[in-house]
Amino acid sequence: MPRLTADARHRVQFELNGRAVEADAEPRMLLTDFLRYELGMTGTHVGCEHGVCGACTVQIDGVPARACLTLAVQAEGAKIRTVEDLAPAPGRLSVLQDAFRRHHALQCGFCTAGILMSLDYYLRHRPNPDEAELREYLGGHLCRCTGYAPILAAAVDAAEKLREASANA
Amino acid sequence: MKPVRFDYIRAGTLAEVHAALTTGGEDARIIAGGQSLVPLLSMRMARPTVLIDIMHLPELANIEVKHNAIRVGAGVRQAALLAWPELAERQPLLARALPWVGHAQTRSRGTVCGSIAHADPSAEIPLALLVLKGAVELSSQRNRRRVAAEEFFTGLMSTARKDDELIDAIEIPCSTAGHGYAFNEFARRHGDFAIVACAAIARKDGVRLAIGGVADCPTARDFPNIDGDALDDALDDFAADLEARDDLHATADYRRALVRRLGRATIEEARRCRA
Repeated sequence: MPRLTADARHRVQFELNGRAVEADAEPRMLLTDFLRYELGMTGTHVGCEHGVCGACTVQIDGVPARACLTLAVQAEGAKIRTVEDLAPAPGRLSVLQDAFRRHHALQCGFCTAGILMSLDYYLRHRPNPDEAELREYLGGHLCRCTGYAPILAAAVDAAEKLREASANA
Repeated sequence: MKPVRFDYIRAGTLAEVHAALTTGGEDARIIAGGQSLVPLLSMRMARPTVLIDIMHLPELANIEVKHNAIRVGAGVRQAALLAWPELAERQPLLARALPWVGHAQTRSRGTVCGSIAHADPSAEIPLALLVLKGAVELSSQRNRRRVAAEEFFTGLMSTARKDDELIDAIEIPCSTAGHGYAFNEFARRHGDFAIVACAAIARKDGVRLAIGGVADCPTARDFPNIDGDALDDALDDFAADLEARDDLHATADYRRALVRRLGRATIEEARRCRA
C-alpha cells in the first residue's frame, strides 16, 4: 500500500480544468495551497481555512467541495475544476459571471470564486431554481459585502438566461 | 495555521487499514471525507503521526438494507445517502435530519460514519442514530464487535471506539409502520452547528425524544403519552438534566428554553406524522 512519508514531498497528479497537472506536496499540504502555490492557480481564495466561509469552494469530481478541507494527496487522480475554467474564452464571461457583474453581486470579490463554483453546479442541476433552496445553498458561503440579495438576483437572472439559451439551442 | 506533519497511507484493503491502526495506535487517525478531521488538523487540535485514507476501498462504500436496518458503510458520503432513492421510505427521520448536516458543499465529501466517529455534541447523524437505537459496527485485527448507539457516545467528542478499531458501518433501523418521525434544529445559519437539535419518534404508547447541542453528547429520553402541562413539566425536567452550558453562541438558559419549545414542537410534529 502506498505510504507517503511525512517529511518528504510526493508527486500528486490530477486533472485540473480538463488538463493533466502534477506537482509535489507533503502529505499535510491542503488542496488550497497546492492549487495556489504549487500550480499557480490563484483564483481559488483561502478564507477561514476550516470549511466555514466557502471562499475556497471548487468542484471535485463534478461536485462543489471545500479545497481547504481536502489534502492535496487526497485529490490524486481526481477531476478538479476551479474558477479559472468558468469563462469560455479570455475576455469573455460566462452567463453566471456576467449576471454577477450586472447585478453587482460582488464588491471586494474575495468570496466570489467559491460562490461561482457552487452556483455553476447548482444551476446546471436546477435550471428552475427555487428561491428558498437557493438561499439554503448559498448558506454554504459567507459574503461580508453584498448582503446576499444581489447574489440571489444574479443567480435567478443567470438561470433565466441559461434556460433561454438551452431552449434556443 | 497548517497541520503538523504526518504520514499518509492510501489503504487498498481492510487488512491494511487494520494493520496500520494496530501499528499506529493512538497516533493514527482514519481519514474518510475529512470534513471534520481536516479543520482539527489545521487548528492543530489533532496531531496524528499517520493518516489512513479509507476512501479507496469499494467494499466500504455500500448502502444496503439488512435485517430491517439500513447499513451504511464507512465510505458512504452524506450526499450519497441523501440521494439514495429509498431513504425517505426506509427511514423518514434520517431523510429529515441529513439536510441539516453541514452544507451541500461539505456533504459532498463528508461521510456518514465520519460524523459518528467525530461525535460532535451538536451533530445530527449521532443524534439520529441514538434516537433510532441504531448501532455501530467496529472491526480490528483482534475482533469485530457491534456497539449500540446508546453505549457508543461516551462524552464530548469521545466514543467507545478503541484506538485500533475502524468503524466499518452504522446500522440504522428502518421505520416502523404506525410510528411518526420528526426532526428540527435551531442554528443561526442553516448548516452551522446546531444550538439545539431535536429528534422525536411518536409511538402508540409514548414518545422518544433525543436532544443534541446541549449536553456533551446526544441524549435520549422516553416519555409516556402525556400532553399539556404534564408534557411541559417533563420537558422542563429533561432540559434541567442536560446540564446546558453558556458559550459564544447561546446561554444555558436559552438552550433550556429551546429544548422546551423545540422539543415540544418536534414531539407534536412526530405525533401528527403518526396519525
